[in-house]
Amino acid sequence: MIRFEHVIKYFGERKVLDAVNFKVERGETFVIVGFSGAGKSVTLKHMIRLLTPDIGKIYVGDELMSAAAGADLVRLREKFGMLFQGAALLEWMSVFDNVALPLREKTNMSNAAIERRVEEKLHQVNLEGVHDAMPSELSGGMRKRVGLARAIVMNPEIILYDEPTSGLDPVTSRAIDQLIDRMRLELKVTSVVVTHDLFSALAIGTRIAMIYEGRILEISRPTDFIRSQNEIVKRFLDAQYITKRGAWERTDHETQ
Amino acid sequence: MITHEPEFLPPPINARGRLGRIVLLNCRNAGRALLILWEAVLSLRFVLSKRSRPVVLQQLYVTGIKSLGVISVVAMFTGMILALQMGLELRKYGQEVNIGLAVMVSMLREMGPFMTGLILAASVGSAMAAELGTMTVSEEIAALEVMSISPVRFLVMPKLAAMMIMTPILTFYACMLGVVGGAIVGSTQLGVSVPAYIDNATRWAENKDLYVGLLKSFVFGIIITTICCYQGFATTEGAVGVGRATRRSVVVSFLSILVVGYIITRLFYQ
Repeated sequence: MIRFEHVIKYFGERKVLDAVNFKVERGETFVIVGFSGAGKSVTLKHMIRLLTPDIGKIYVGDELMSAAAGADLVRLREKFGMLFQGAALLEWMSVFDNVALPLREKTNMSNAAIERRVEEKLHQVNLEGVHDAMPSELSGGMRKRVGLARAIVMNPEIILYDEPTSGLDPVTSRAIDQLIDRMRLELKVTSVVVTHDLFSALAIGTRIAMIYEGRILEISRPTDFIRSQNEIVKRFLDAQYITKRGAWERTDHETQ
Repeated sequence: MITHEPEFLPPPINARGRLGRIVLLNCRNAGRALLILWEAVLSLRFVLSKRSRPVVLQQLYVTGIKSLGVISVVAMFTGMILALQMGLELRKYGQEVNIGLAVMVSMLREMGPFMTGLILAASVGSAMAAELGTMTVSEEIAALEVMSISPVRFLVMPKLAAMMIMTPILTFYACMLGVVGGAIVGSTQLGVSVPAYIDNATRWAENKDLYVGLLKSFVFGIIITTICCYQGFATTEGAVGVGRATRRSVVVSFLSILVVGYIITRLFYQ
């Protein structure tokens, strides 16, 4: 569905992506994890062409996303929905207007049809009764849900999530994880999630990719990922107290 | 695309390099701003569409009605100051009756458009830059691009339309209020009766003065929108960046208004 071929990206003299190769299969939830500044969000922004690789190619389906322009870029972007880290809601619009925005701007749907679609999407993300609320009145978790409802309102084939659980409490984080998983199961969409939250990655990912200093260190299924022999992956797992059983564990000397 | 990739330029090696960098970056920025203007002008064909109408009306309100108070005060006092300063000088020669002409021509040709432009740049323009800058740093502009909604058509076009309509109207209003201010000073402090003042003002001022003044203000409206929206979209580095973009938008607008104002005057009055 999405294919990175030898993608290299420089920010000035710093190589932020170093020969990145991977393929996201249709219908899977591909999670990219890594330390802060490793290149996770940069990778995600390349998929939607908010950034362009200096070297290498990115394909969406069989089409070259990394060189698309004009109408082709618009058409390719229509396959995507994206949940931004801070939800990126338009602050002067109500929840309803935010979710309805792509429908009003990109389709000729009637007001009644738009209203039905928005209702449906807000219901899918477990948000009801907040139509008239302004984004500033919402909690972090609610903002993310509204952002997700807006991302799925055009029924995209691919949903990108940039740090969907950052800044949220554990309970809300798990609720967002469940939503992401539901999107895959109910809507059959392909999802790419960027996160540093390993609990989230292990819970929702069908495959997990670890990125470190712009390079992909490992791509594996969650059960294999926690047994990785790669030293950096092990350090990343240890830092979040994840054991080989996938459980949270704290050693005695740390509790003393 | 409105969102641009982050830039990491190596430091220039010497003063010439620094100068060259400044020239090149300013040329590039001007080019990007002109591209935004071009797309906004092309999008004006949607100005009366059902979706755009409420937004344009709201912008007309923000630009016009909300600026009315400050423009009224500034215009009135500008006319009064002009009348007083020139009246006191002209009185030495017994020509104080000519303050009508002096105030009318000054307001129509220069002070009206110039003053309105500066006020709009400082109030409406800075608000545009701050609004778009905040949207840029909170990824709202990127979100619009991902949704394939043109930020220029969606956000800039209504602002441009409102400024193109409102700046000349506000300029005319400012000119008339300035003339009224001059009449008040003339009648109360210089002994020039209101009918004599109005007769003098309307007898010698030409239609050309009005048209050139309105043309100037129309161009100023376009310049302010283009510069302020570009600065907003070019914002980086969070809250500090928004502040920097706002300040730069006002400074660049002021300078552009001065330079373009001179060029238009030079073209029409040789």
